[in-house]
Amino acid sequence: MVISVQNLRRYGKPVLFLILSFPALWLGHEWYDAYQGLESGLGWNPVEAFHRITGDWAIRILLLSLAVSPLAKIMKSPKPIVFRRMIGLFAFFYVFLHLSGYIWLDKAFIWPDIWQDVVKRKYITVGVIALLLLIPLALTSTNGWIKRLGARNWQRMHKSVYVIGILASTHFIMMRKGFQLEPLIYAAILGFLFLLRSKAVMNRLRS
Amino acid sequence: MLIKKRNSWDENENAVTSENVYLNRRKFLGAAGLSIGSAAVGLSAVSNAQSERTLKELSFKKTDFGQDEKLTVEAAITNYNNYYEFGTSKSEPAKNAWRLKTTPWNVKVDGLVEKSRDYSFEDLIDMKALEERIYRFRCVEAWSMVVPWIGIPLANIIKKLNPLGSAKYVRFETLADSDQMPGIRWPVLDWPYVEGLRMDEAMNSLTLMVVGLYGKEIPNQNGAPMRLITPWKYGYKSIKSIARITFTEEQPVSSWTKSAPNEYGFYSNVNPEVSHPRWSQASERKIGSFGRMPTQKFNGYGEMVADMYAGMNLRVNH
Repeated sequence: MVISVQNLRRYGKPVLFLILSFPALWLGHEWYDAYQGLESGLGWNPVEAFHRITGDWAIRILLLSLAVSPLAKIMKSPKPIVFRRMIGLFAFFYVFLHLSGYIWLDKAFIWPDIWQDVVKRKYITVGVIALLLLIPLALTSTNGWIKRLGARNWQRMHKSVYVIGILASTHFIMMRKGFQLEPLIYAAILGFLFLLRSKAVMNRLRS
Repeated sequence: MLIKKRNSWDENENAVTSENVYLNRRKFLGAAGLSIGSAAVGLSAVSNAQSERTLKELSFKKTDFGQDEKLTVEAAITNYNNYYEFGTSKSEPAKNAWRLKTTPWNVKVDGLVEKSRDYSFEDLIDMKALEERIYRFRCVEAWSMVVPWIGIPLANIIKKLNPLGSAKYVRFETLADSDQMPGIRWPVLDWPYVEGLRMDEAMNSLTLMVVGLYGKEIPNQNGAPMRLITPWKYGYKSIKSIARITFTEEQPVSSWTKSAPNEYGFYSNVNPEVSHPRWSQASERKIGSFGRMPTQKFNGYGEMVADMYAGMNLRVNH
């Protein structure tokens, strides 16, 4: 069965929207319980859990956004591209939640402390750079901006997402104590996605 | 004598699921899984299932420590743990630690000691001398709890072991058995977990060898059958499930120091003025509350321990 691009737009995108919203809705619901002192999925340290879960979803969705183009190439179809913008913007949304949790729940908007952290704690510096680089990409995600910049320039600019991927996964590795496996798995997936960018690897996959 | 105040909303004792049933719940689930899911799911996890031990009530004498503190709830203390041998997340130790076999338990004692030999749990712990002490517990990750530990002063155990006069430090090792501890298969740290104290720190009257928690034997995920508690130091100094005690002349190198010497020093005294390279130690979040509160130097136990560090630069000797 072949699904038309039109139907992917009309039905596929709302479905994906719901799926990608789910972690945020779940977090909202669990916070509501946690704040009332009820047992919640956020466990015994809800603030720490919120950082962890928003960070997990931010990097997962970021990696997913990086997987769209290679998938389109392997499928020899432009259809997956229909979803790319939404996935990218959701990655930005979870990064925004991750940051809000830090500024609000952890630091209670005490800006001097936050600035101290950003300049002193290297893993936070790395995370903040990744976030700052993500902002222009989110802002220029509209069709209007693609036209204004020209497709080629726009694409060149949005290649910075590779750098963001590296920074995000470095941030994850750096913040864990000891030598932990989980962030390395994410880094390995990122590495694999980079590998798919190589023409030789892609040609082999497509043949 | 212990007198429990009963609130109107408390359930009667007989309405509570018996502890035996509760603690064996995974065995029931495992058995159910075996009949329902054995075709679809691999059998290995289920067939490894063994019964969790029932935590026996302990008899102990109360002490004045922490009488004005509000205890952290028991479920938080036993379900929010750092015990990397059983997994790096906070919830994994409570899920995996049933694999730890705590009886019989032997502790190898060696190094600068009159006679190196293995001691059984019973040799080391005089169950008639147990006391309860409510201590603040400050994790290096900037969260804290208030815990009613039960144990005996480490000093009493050390006296029994007859260390030589040349012993300047005590080195402790956690059991490292990959059959019982799934986390050991990945080198998060250099296993076995090693910690150490200077002799005067080990002999300090605050230093406790803990075998119980909340009136009962200590659960596996909290470091059964015996663990250290040094309440003026960050939590990772309070080594769990101790399998070896060595008296040495040289300062032991702990697993955490080996992993990141700039982040985890030998002393690891709680100190709001010296930040962890990756985060501030000026404040902490008490488990069970949302805000942060200021962290106290030596976790508030300065009166009993600060003398030991007189004249030392605590920033260098962090």
